[in-house]
Amino acid sequence: MNLVYFDNSATTKPHKEVIDEVANCMSEYFANPSSAHRLGVEAEKKMKSAREKVAAFIKAKPQEIIFTSGGSEANNMAVLGVVSKGDHIITTRIEHPSIIRLLQDMEKDSFDITYLDVDCDGIINLEQLENAMKENTKLISIMYVNNEVGAIQPIHEIVSIVRAKSKKAKVHIDAVQALGKLHINVRELGVDLLSLSAHKIHGPKGVGALYFKEGLRLRPLIAGGGQEFDLRSGTENLPGISGFGVAMGLLTQDFENKQAHVRKLKEHFINGLKDFERIRINSPLGEKHLDHILNVSFEGVRGEVMLHSLEDYSIYVSTGSACSAKKGAHKNYVLPAMGLSTAQAEGAIRFSFSYMNTIEEIDYTLDAIKKILPVLRRINK
Amino acid sequence: MNCMLVKYASEISLKGLNRRYFEDLLITNIRKAIGNEFRIQKESGRIYINGYSDDLAEKVRKTFGIIGVTKAEIVDKDMDKIGEVAIEQMKLLKDVKTFKVETKRADKKFPLQSLEISREIGGMILKNVEGLQVDVHNPDIVVNVEIRDKAYIYTKEIKGVAGMPYGSAGKGVLLLSGGIDSPVAGYMMAKRGLELVCVYYHSHPYTSERAKEKVIELARKLAVYTGSIKLYVAPFTEIQMQIIEKCPEDELTIIMRRYMTQVAEAVAKKENAKALVTGESLGQVASQTLESMLVTNSDLEIPVFRPVVGMDKIDITAIAREIDTFETSILPYEDCCTIFVPKHPKTRPRLDDIRKSEEVLDKEALIANCMANMEIIKVNNL
Repeated sequence: MNLVYFDNSATTKPHKEVIDEVANCMSEYFANPSSAHRLGVEAEKKMKSAREKVAAFIKAKPQEIIFTSGGSEANNMAVLGVVSKGDHIITTRIEHPSIIRLLQDMEKDSFDITYLDVDCDGIINLEQLENAMKENTKLISIMYVNNEVGAIQPIHEIVSIVRAKSKKAKVHIDAVQALGKLHINVRELGVDLLSLSAHKIHGPKGVGALYFKEGLRLRPLIAGGGQEFDLRSGTENLPGISGFGVAMGLLTQDFENKQAHVRKLKEHFINGLKDFERIRINSPLGEKHLDHILNVSFEGVRGEVMLHSLEDYSIYVSTGSACSAKKGAHKNYVLPAMGLSTAQAEGAIRFSFSYMNTIEEIDYTLDAIKKILPVLRRINK
Repeated sequence: MNCMLVKYASEISLKGLNRRYFEDLLITNIRKAIGNEFRIQKESGRIYINGYSDDLAEKVRKTFGIIGVTKAEIVDKDMDKIGEVAIEQMKLLKDVKTFKVETKRADKKFPLQSLEISREIGGMILKNVEGLQVDVHNPDIVVNVEIRDKAYIYTKEIKGVAGMPYGSAGKGVLLLSGGIDSPVAGYMMAKRGLELVCVYYHSHPYTSERAKEKVIELARKLAVYTGSIKLYVAPFTEIQMQIIEKCPEDELTIIMRRYMTQVAEAVAKKENAKALVTGESLGQVASQTLESMLVTNSDLEIPVFRPVVGMDKIDITAIAREIDTFETSILPYEDCCTIFVPKHPKTRPRLDDIRKSEEVLDKEALIANCMANMEIIKVNNL
């Protein structure tokens, strides 16, 4: 087996078409999209086309899309662009660090933050959300799909509760892990803001987007030349943005089949894992679960050691999210929030799939685990 | 025009008949550090390099054996010109209140005598630079004037790292972990002239590739002072596994420690090195008690140098910061020592007990196997 890449939630391998587009933009469309001359106009057309593709995919209008440097910036912007001192913000305990750490900092600065608990499936309690809503609640920021276990939050219900309780509260959805895997229709969801990232869908790194509902008043994080409707200054990253557009275009092809294929991979994998003893699947499975992310603990084996052992077979996975693989400041907090013990959380491995993966790769991986486990458990004294 | 004046340790000049060897080695080492672009000359107990820049000074300063480097300006042997340069140099210095001028007159044909030169140049400085006083006993700064083929004027000296020329004291094998202590130990011995070969124990899959990269980075930081260094990456998993499986839990650390030093000794034999160097500090952890060190040493033929044995962590850390290894050392990747730590390791192991526990292991085969699969990396200082 060549190389088995099961770390698609960390990042994905860019499509050939994306790479070509990025390279082509760098060599042919290098002009500044804001320049008055013909070359600038051509570059601007590229921007427009990418914006339309991204907007179309989530059923938004092009003027509702701001390109950013990635998901983290989009998340930061969604929060900081909307709230003011003294506001109340509701989030969950299992958000991405770009939300959690930002809110933790803001908490020290006279913002009032409520962190919703999650159950053993990683899903919030809607009643708790309802009770948490206050007069001054300005923002509810919740991730669509959790990056470590793949839990899917009930966005429709969340939006209904918020709208029933408040006229001014805005809903932001971090949809970075959901993009390309779930249908995202911002009109149906009824959300106010939504974050996206290109490199999770076989696009380039360093580019993302924030959807903001028309009419919403947003404050920019970066002051400057007024690009992106005066909301995100800085010369546009045209190669990245155009590559993002291409990746978005490719997502639409065969969408249902791709999802069905990943489901088959997941089911095949779970089936194979049944042969092993002392294994715990930490992902919720069932309808609340995104097929692309499968979190598994191998009892008696530290996740990191499992990861390096799989490397010997050219199988690449993560322990927790890539950001939380580093110790200390980024310690895993998602699995403990779901009620896992420290030992169980430390033993967790995240397998994250793409439609590009195959059944053969799953079989090869199961076979590798079969060889690795007895060796690693041999010194478990 | 200017040049660099390099002073080296007086210890080198005291080496009697071997003095030339030490000086030549020092010059070779400077040459390695700065490349072939400059001329390096030895003259009456000094070294002159025909150029100066801050970058160059930093490289030369970090060559073991050197106690100071100065930028010397070269002008014609003309009192007005000498005075002009001296005034210029004094104006650039900050926080200087007192000074004196010292003159060496190698060119005896120069019409003024040393004291006269000093007095005259001192007068010029006093007249032209405000807020200065002469203090011949305890000045803030000394303005040096040397009358030779030309006049050389220099003031502020940058301290060198001192020590003895690298390689002048033979070769040793450094057990380099990812921690704070071992790079400092290596630095200290290299400073005494010991050429270093490093060994790192890699326990894949229990330690990550990043832990190895971290050790390579530490070797690179040492190489700033030593020039390129050879790093042996010892595959240590099988040895550790067997120890863990077959030996008593409270003896794991000490037995592992003995295996590490024995692997290092095998490397020393191969490299024709005659000592081991470790970063052990007395009593810091269980394997660094006096009894543990005794048990570690007992089956070795060559000496183990432990230059930080009598130092506190705080002192070791100060050196680590000075030589710029600290920030790398505290990166949080686990090394093989921190992975299997018994709950209550023996702090007073007895050699007889340990040897008995080790009987179940096929030592020769384990070490031979480790040696056979050694990865060797040449680490450069760039």
